[in-house]
Amino acid sequence: LSPFMAVQSSFWPFLVSLVLFSLMSNLVLWFHLKLSFTMVLFPGLLLVTTSFLWWKDLNRESMIGYHTHKLEVSLRVAMLLFILSEVFFFVSFFWAFYDASLSPTIDVGMMWPPKGIVTLSVYSVPLLNTIILLTSGITVTWAHHSIMNNYFNKSVFSLGITVVLGVYFLFMQWVEYNEAQFSIADGVYGSTFFMATGFHGMHVMVGTIFLFYVLLNLVDCKLLYNHHFSFEAAAWYWHFVDVVWLILFISIYWWGS
Amino acid sequence: MTNLLRWLTSTNHKDIGTLYFIFGIWAGLIGLSMSFLIRLELGVVGSYLGDEHLYNVLVTAHAFVMIFFMVMPVSMGGFGNWLIPLMLGVADMAFPRMNNLSFWLLVPAFMFLLLSSAIDAGVGTGWTVYPPLSDSSYHSGISVDLAIFSLHLSGISSILGSINFLTTIICSRTTKSISLDRLPLFLWAVAVTAILLITSLPVLAGAITMLLTDRNFNTSFFDPAGGGNPVLYQHLFWFFGHPEVYILILPGFGIVSHIILAYSFKKEIFGYYGMVYAMVSIGLLGFIVWAHHMFTVGMDVDTRAYFTAATMTIAVPTGVKIFKWLASLYGSKNVSTSVPLLWVKGFIFLFTLGGLTGIMLSNSSIDVVLHDTYYVVAHFHYVLSMGIVFAIFAGFFYWFPVFTGLSLNDYLGKVHFYMTFVGVNLTFFPQHFLGLSGMPRRYADYPDCSFVWNKISSLGSFMTIFSVMLFIVILWEAFVSHRTVMFTYHNAVHLEWSPRLPISFHSHVESIKVFY
Repeated sequence: LSPFMAVQSSFWPFLVSLVLFSLMSNLVLWFHLKLSFTMVLFPGLLLVTTSFLWWKDLNRESMIGYHTHKLEVSLRVAMLLFILSEVFFFVSFFWAFYDASLSPTIDVGMMWPPKGIVTLSVYSVPLLNTIILLTSGITVTWAHHSIMNNYFNKSVFSLGITVVLGVYFLFMQWVEYNEAQFSIADGVYGSTFFMATGFHGMHVMVGTIFLFYVLLNLVDCKLLYNHHFSFEAAAWYWHFVDVVWLILFISIYWWGS
Repeated sequence: MTNLLRWLTSTNHKDIGTLYFIFGIWAGLIGLSMSFLIRLELGVVGSYLGDEHLYNVLVTAHAFVMIFFMVMPVSMGGFGNWLIPLMLGVADMAFPRMNNLSFWLLVPAFMFLLLSSAIDAGVGTGWTVYPPLSDSSYHSGISVDLAIFSLHLSGISSILGSINFLTTIICSRTTKSISLDRLPLFLWAVAVTAILLITSLPVLAGAITMLLTDRNFNTSFFDPAGGGNPVLYQHLFWFFGHPEVYILILPGFGIVSHIILAYSFKKEIFGYYGMVYAMVSIGLLGFIVWAHHMFTVGMDVDTRAYFTAATMTIAVPTGVKIFKWLASLYGSKNVSTSVPLLWVKGFIFLFTLGGLTGIMLSNSSIDVVLHDTYYVVAHFHYVLSMGIVFAIFAGFFYWFPVFTGLSLNDYLGKVHFYMTFVGVNLTFFPQHFLGLSGMPRRYADYPDCSFVWNKISSLGSFMTIFSVMLFIVILWEAFVSHRTVMFTYHNAVHLEWSPRLPISFHSHVESIKVFY
């Protein structure tokens, strides 16, 4: 008949838009009218739940065989386009960083880093984080080859290490954030630093959760040696996150200090 | 209840396309009312509606509504959703559920925009939302934050929709005979538009997020006191903003190519590959010309020279398209005076005029005089109200039988066209004079010497309102008279005309085979 399935009607899209409305209006009220942050976390949690229910449907459709080769190709193209849009999102923050740092204004002392900013020491935690992410890139590739060669224990182990490294990275960033001697409100240095690394950290969090979700599916024997697109999507996302970190490290941490 | 669920949980491209059309028409009426209020204020001497801030809020909201909730939903969401699967001969989009998400995200997005005007003072910055005016010191209150979230949501809607459309066009072709060099031109237009959306919208998202943190978290991206630069916002905004205007017009180019092909009774549009290359080059070039919106901020003269030159080169592929459309019409025997073709001929003439005023503005030297005057307003309304809006009416009248299985009244359609043509030209042509004589834009009042042209412009907007009311009557009449369409008089070449009309809920259930 046709290589594409007709997807059943689904309530999730409507629910996601309702939840996003609630989340964003609560965010605005938290900004200005002292609404408690719990009221922001609640729709946030609801958003995560609805997304997982949606992806559960996608998973189920894959399990009953609706994901033909042609559909898998569509999923690949879509994931690549999504990552492309994320690349341009980070472009805007790097643009802001270079705009501020290449010709610093008189207000920051015509120097970069600005006068008074005590930068983080590049070769301690940031370098460690770089090594963590590069290693996780290696372990995720190891996991991929293990899956393709049908080695169950090795793939679980290597994917597990990748997830652990992701969590380790986030933990080290959290420690760094607490120990940094400047905040987001410290002029354009703090603004560009925390915005770029902050959004990067959020993407690492998403990537780690995605890899963990794939790990759970792997353990449940839901990935085949020749059909494991969820793993590949998570791995592509993870490599993207890694590349963004490398550019961050070189631009903001190393050159910008 | 189940009928409600059908419309809330749809994964059918025709249903979702219809939702987009209804939403776009409704939003268009709201945007039109705002434009009418603007012209009302400018059509009488002195202050009429309220203070200047209210006027600026109207101007800002008018732009946002028309761009993000009328043109984009109708041209991409409406026409795109209906036509892409039908023209490719596939059952539905690559991701039917995400398709629905793209539509439903527009509802909270629009609500946030309306809320931004209803709560606190409203956003009185212009649709470009430049800091420092949009910063917390000059727009305290939650209006700008609500508008920023509105843009976030409509941006996510468009990015996901573009991923969906592009993936469908690239991957879903189940027959090898619809290769990329046989793709209908409307699909090429949508594909280029989708690429522009995917790459430019995230930069806007970054820019408005930085504005949000500047307003609420004490960051200094655009605050000179902290080492930031307001011009950075303008660079980021216009890096999105310029591709955005090509996003607005490119689907129109596709629609015009189809209608000309249908009504000139020829087998092909003149020079298919040239049309494709033109659209792709317009899309690509659109990324490297953004600073022609910033000629007066104090950029280096060499920078201005570059952007002038780069902007003028876009006129070349655009001109190629115009000449090709004329060449396609030339020599055909029974070029009808049907309604869609009237709109298309109006488009070709008026969009060209708008493009020519754009060439004037692309010169940085002259733009220094004309920037932020009514000359700019006239330019973009010619390419928008008379470019994409004419193309939308053309496409709507042309494809109405496909969408509903009914026909629209031809005579009323022609009356509607002529009324709209006179109305919009009366509204926007005098604005050239106003701009050349120096009247600034986004001003609620003006010196007496500008009165005549402003009055004529406002009278034109009155006429446009009447013609839109006539359009509503035309729509109503079609549904009440219920003239089912059996055959088409024009040269229905593409696949969307092949099923029996009205097209059933599930179309192209089996993969097609195309013989050529």
